[in-house]
Amino acid sequence: MNLTLYVWRQKDAKDSGGFEKYTDECKDISEHMSFLELLDVVNERLIEKGKMPIAFDSDCREGICGTCSMVINGRPHGPWKKTTACQLHMRAFKDGDVIYIEPWRAKSFPVLQDLMVDRKALDDIVQAGGYISTNCGSAPDANSVQIGKEIADAAMDAAACIGCGACVAACPNASAMLFTAAKISHMNTLPQGKPEAGKRTLDMVNAMDQAGFGNCSNHLECEAACPKDIKATVIAEMNRAYAKASLTKR
Amino acid sequence: MSWFGKYIRSSVGAKHLMAISGLMLVGFVLAHMLGNLQIFKGQAAINAYAVQLKSLGGLLWIMRGGLVLAVLVHIFSAIRLSMLNSAARPVKYKKVKTDKSSFASRTMLWGGIIIVLFLVFHLAQLTLGGGPLQENFNLVDEFGRHDVYNMTVLGFKNVAVSASYIVAMLALCIHLSHGVTSLFQSLGLNHPKYNGMIAMAGPAIATLVLIGNCSMPIAVLAGWVKATV
Repeated sequence: MNLTLYVWRQKDAKDSGGFEKYTDECKDISEHMSFLELLDVVNERLIEKGKMPIAFDSDCREGICGTCSMVINGRPHGPWKKTTACQLHMRAFKDGDVIYIEPWRAKSFPVLQDLMVDRKALDDIVQAGGYISTNCGSAPDANSVQIGKEIADAAMDAAACIGCGACVAACPNASAMLFTAAKISHMNTLPQGKPEAGKRTLDMVNAMDQAGFGNCSNHLECEAACPKDIKATVIAEMNRAYAKASLTKR
Repeated sequence: MSWFGKYIRSSVGAKHLMAISGLMLVGFVLAHMLGNLQIFKGQAAINAYAVQLKSLGGLLWIMRGGLVLAVLVHIFSAIRLSMLNSAARPVKYKKVKTDKSSFASRTMLWGGIIIVLFLVFHLAQLTLGGGPLQENFNLVDEFGRHDVYNMTVLGFKNVAVSASYIVAMLALCIHLSHGVTSLFQSLGLNHPKYNGMIAMAGPAIATLVLIGNCSMPIAVLAGWVKATV
């Protein structure tokens, strides 16, 4: 298929950037390619012409690392539900389509180059409380802490978050609440995370606010964009946990 | 109290302020509507209700104080959060496709602005007795009571006044359809057993308010409720 791409090109963090149109470089694209392979092909053709290739992040290319971050035609990770950009395939498009590719847009995610953004702010949130404090040493006995299946499932659902930042990208307010809530929920739900639940909730929300993300007004666009199908119910849990911790924790 | 300041300034605390003040306001909207619907019971009923309400004295002023506080907190939070949110995305997208957000959720600020403008007009007309329909404000009934019934009916006979009420109620309806459901999420009141009901609560209460409040100007315009003076 032949496509027209409008790709955000920006030399570095200081450059103001703009869209570049590509048509010659995206001819004869196979529907079996992944979206990142489309960009690989475009980049090869750009290099052949002696032009700068499009900079974008990618790592595992199997939908689990959360590295590939781009807004494709107005949706983070493109039109397919519960799918990262690397797992989006070109059969999602048809011959003659016009595709806009933009980086995640948030003050807390400064663009480094083209489609690459710095997502350090998410790391800062995790560093603030995404851990449990325990003694290292030999592994504890397997059944010494019993966890019911419903609890384990809820924690695993939250732990599915790959930290890609699509929730921030999709949120009309550029809020990181789905990410932060998923991390808090993942740890607070399990017995190992309970002792530090209050402190964790306060510290992670604080780190999120410090990073300059927007506020949540319950649009639920984050839930729709999440490639791992994290539900916004984790945000409600965080709201509850934050009130409890604020009102009771000394 | 430094912890409290920190709490309400945080992004989650801000939601709680918005939700609790919103809850107070929606509670008022429902109570106000139920009180006013007594207009359908006739002049005697609603005028007596007005006297009773005024006779609450100190309690009425406590309620009014709470209401003013809720309005101020709600508006202040809305302005503060809108500014923060807009700053959080300095460069906008060229293309945006929405999936789960609704017309209501995206227009909360605009709905709020329409409601505030309406509130100014509404208070001027019916509580303070100013504005374009001043002459109706000083009416008294046969028992010497403030004639709320005729003040309201004569006011609504003016098509422009009725139309402005209906437009404002539409804005309120849209605002509440997102707001009421949203306040449960903001306060963390969710459970798989009740989430379906919570999702319906916003649209259901919003529709109720729309029908209840618009029934009054419509009934007057249609001539079902007539002035007695």
